[in-house]
Amino acid sequence: MHFRFTDRAIDTQSARDELLDKGAGGYVSFEGWVRDFNEGQEVTHLEYEAFQALAVKEGERILAEAHHRFPIKHALCIHRVGSLDLTDMAVWVGVSSAHRGEAFDACRYIIDEVKHRVPIWKKEHYRSGDSGWVNCERCAAPAPHAHHHGHDAA
Amino acid sequence: MNSAAHNGSPAPLFGLILAGGASTRMQRDKAALPYQGKSQLDRAFELVQRHVSKAFVSVRSTQVTEPTRAHRPLIVDSVEGGGPIVGIRSALAAHPEAAWLVLACDLPFLTDAAIEQLISERDPTVLATAYRSAHDGLPEPLCAIWEPAAAAAIAAYSQSGGICPRKFLRTHPVKLLEARDRRALDNINTPEEYAFAQGALDQGTLASPMQLTIQYFALLREQAGRSEETLQTSAATPADLFAELNARYRFTLARDQLKVAVNAEFAEWSHRLRAGDSVVFVPPVAGG
Repeated sequence: MHFRFTDRAIDTQSARDELLDKGAGGYVSFEGWVRDFNEGQEVTHLEYEAFQALAVKEGERILAEAHHRFPIKHALCIHRVGSLDLTDMAVWVGVSSAHRGEAFDACRYIIDEVKHRVPIWKKEHYRSGDSGWVNCERCAAPAPHAHHHGHDAA
Repeated sequence: MNSAAHNGSPAPLFGLILAGGASTRMQRDKAALPYQGKSQLDRAFELVQRHVSKAFVSVRSTQVTEPTRAHRPLIVDSVEGGGPIVGIRSALAAHPEAAWLVLACDLPFLTDAAIEQLISERDPTVLATAYRSAHDGLPEPLCAIWEPAAAAAIAAYSQSGGICPRKFLRTHPVKLLEARDRRALDNINTPEEYAFAQGALDQGTLASPMQLTIQYFALLREQAGRSEETLQTSAATPADLFAELNARYRFTLARDQLKVAVNAEFAEWSHRLRAGDSVVFVPPVAGG
């Protein structure tokens, strides 16, 4: 599997070694880290959750697309799930290729598509004690008001 | 304790169908929505009539000549624009000797069994007997029995500015029941939920319900209060299934914010479900 999950710290050294190839002139990697703020809120830690059965299929499709679009040697993506602290690595993408240009391009393509398409969810916990599922709370439809509790025809 | 309970026999039970709402989300009069050729109001009325000695429809003064309602015995709201609590108050005032089986008209899955359970477990010594919502554990005021003694308490509550019958039940002595049939209390508010309910009732006994597994993730998992359930349902598509589950759990995410997966592969909302399918509604993602 070239797209996979782990519930422990991502081992970037062994991941990188999987990309080695005699025809590769180099490799590019991207690491996504947990940072301490998002949209004006101070973040203390995160939880990642994934629908792994589908996420692995969609992740593999993205890697196949990267191979199709760019002349690269190898590509790998590892995403962490569970509870993460500030500075922990949430995701790692690595691409090796003959020349650097396509490795940069493919790495960028993979991380962008993963963020948009793979069923992974992130819950942020804030200094204020609040928490929220990213992309699910702020734009969500308004919750039914207690006074209506659904019976607006009653 | 009310006086009727002191006398040893509970107050006689009358029925009240609430049909005075604005139907804003449905964008058409919910009382008139047909199911199998019968209006939602008529269905609810006939159901309640089987369990009470007299039944009435609660309306606003502007609705007394409206054809769906006009042929029924009516109780007209004593004040305008007050919502369901005014309907309940008006009924208690019109027949102070009676207890009221109060029902919203928008409960298409309500069964005789659910009403029988409410009546058999009624406690006339408290102000009301109601079901506890499977969604949030709070009382369901619009499928409940309201005792005569509630009249004075509601008047005091309204005088202090209260308008919410659910909040009233939460703050007064009432008996709460767990519904044996969770679906019986699902109400419908949107055209989508209506289409689902119509389909489910049309299929009725023809389509034998099938068993599906639903897995929940992230915000939906928290709002459903579970990560997985197996369900007997006659939902034909993920769209139907979502309408059914949304009526129960009141998800804050709208369907157009979600994707759906069947057997761990993305699927269309119109995909035909089969027995044994595993369905996941996919909230907006946020990997990386």
